[in-house]
Amino acid sequence: MGQDTDAELLAALRGGDERAFVTLVRRHHTTMLRLASSFVPSAAVAEEVVQDTWVGVLRGIGGFEGRSSFRTWLFRILVNRAKTAGARERRTIAVGDTAAVSDTEAAVAASRFAGRGGWLSPPERWIEEAEDRVDAGKLADFIRTAVAGLPDRQRQVVVLRDVEGLTSEEVCGVLEISESNQRVLLHRGRSRLRQAIETGYGRPS
Amino acid sequence: MMRLRLRRRDLVCQQAVELVTDYLEDALSGADRRRYEAHLAGCPHCTEYLAQMRKTIELTGGLTPEDLTTQMQDDFIALYRQWRGDHPTD
Repeated sequence: MGQDTDAELLAALRGGDERAFVTLVRRHHTTMLRLASSFVPSAAVAEEVVQDTWVGVLRGIGGFEGRSSFRTWLFRILVNRAKTAGARERRTIAVGDTAAVSDTEAAVAASRFAGRGGWLSPPERWIEEAEDRVDAGKLADFIRTAVAGLPDRQRQVVVLRDVEGLTSEEVCGVLEISESNQRVLLHRGRSRLRQAIETGYGRPS
Repeated sequence: MMRLRLRRRDLVCQQAVELVTDYLEDALSGADRRRYEAHLAGCPHCTEYLAQMRKTIELTGGLTPEDLTTQMQDDFIALYRQWRGDHPTD
């Protein structure tokens, strides 16, 4: 059942198969929680948002026509609910999503470059380390923590693009942001993750 | 400061690291793409940097969902049964 596509599981759950429902929930739960928690102030509220989303999915399932992927539809519902919950919890959420994202965050600290823009302190090496020497589970935990530590909007984009593997178009649709904002947020988020891994595992070359 | 205009023919490393995502997203103009690739050809550090960004994306993509606790699983089953009760047959 774990190998079934979302569409197959959806058909099964419509037919009354509760295992199909749980499989679908399990498959998307982590990403939904990560996304929800980027809009609301506490883990408890994030969990409520996720539950609430599934209630909405079950109620609205007759209206799902399969024109978008189930995932995209699911995440849209989640984001809408999370935004509402976030506003209710009086947490400031970014408004005016079409406005340009601040462009002042450097991918690499300026202090690592010489005055003319060449590397002063070049990237420390860690790829071989990550592939061969580090315990894979530990590294995954490290990455998970680093993703959780990203600024909210960067985290939303990184989770959807790089963890979930949505296309940039799908991410723009789910988060209601422009293509260029999506790219800037992705760039900042990925750059921070790279830096975190370098800081954690790098060795001077 | 970050979106440095690519006025000069040659990129410097500090500019190159800001182009990585646009490069990977295929969002650079042909001219900028050629400048970036020319820079890489002569700069092992920026080549390493690009490889690290690719590896970062791969590692992030390898994260697997955490499992549901038994409690959560029970909660979701209850939620589903309630819905089934309201929608006895399709």
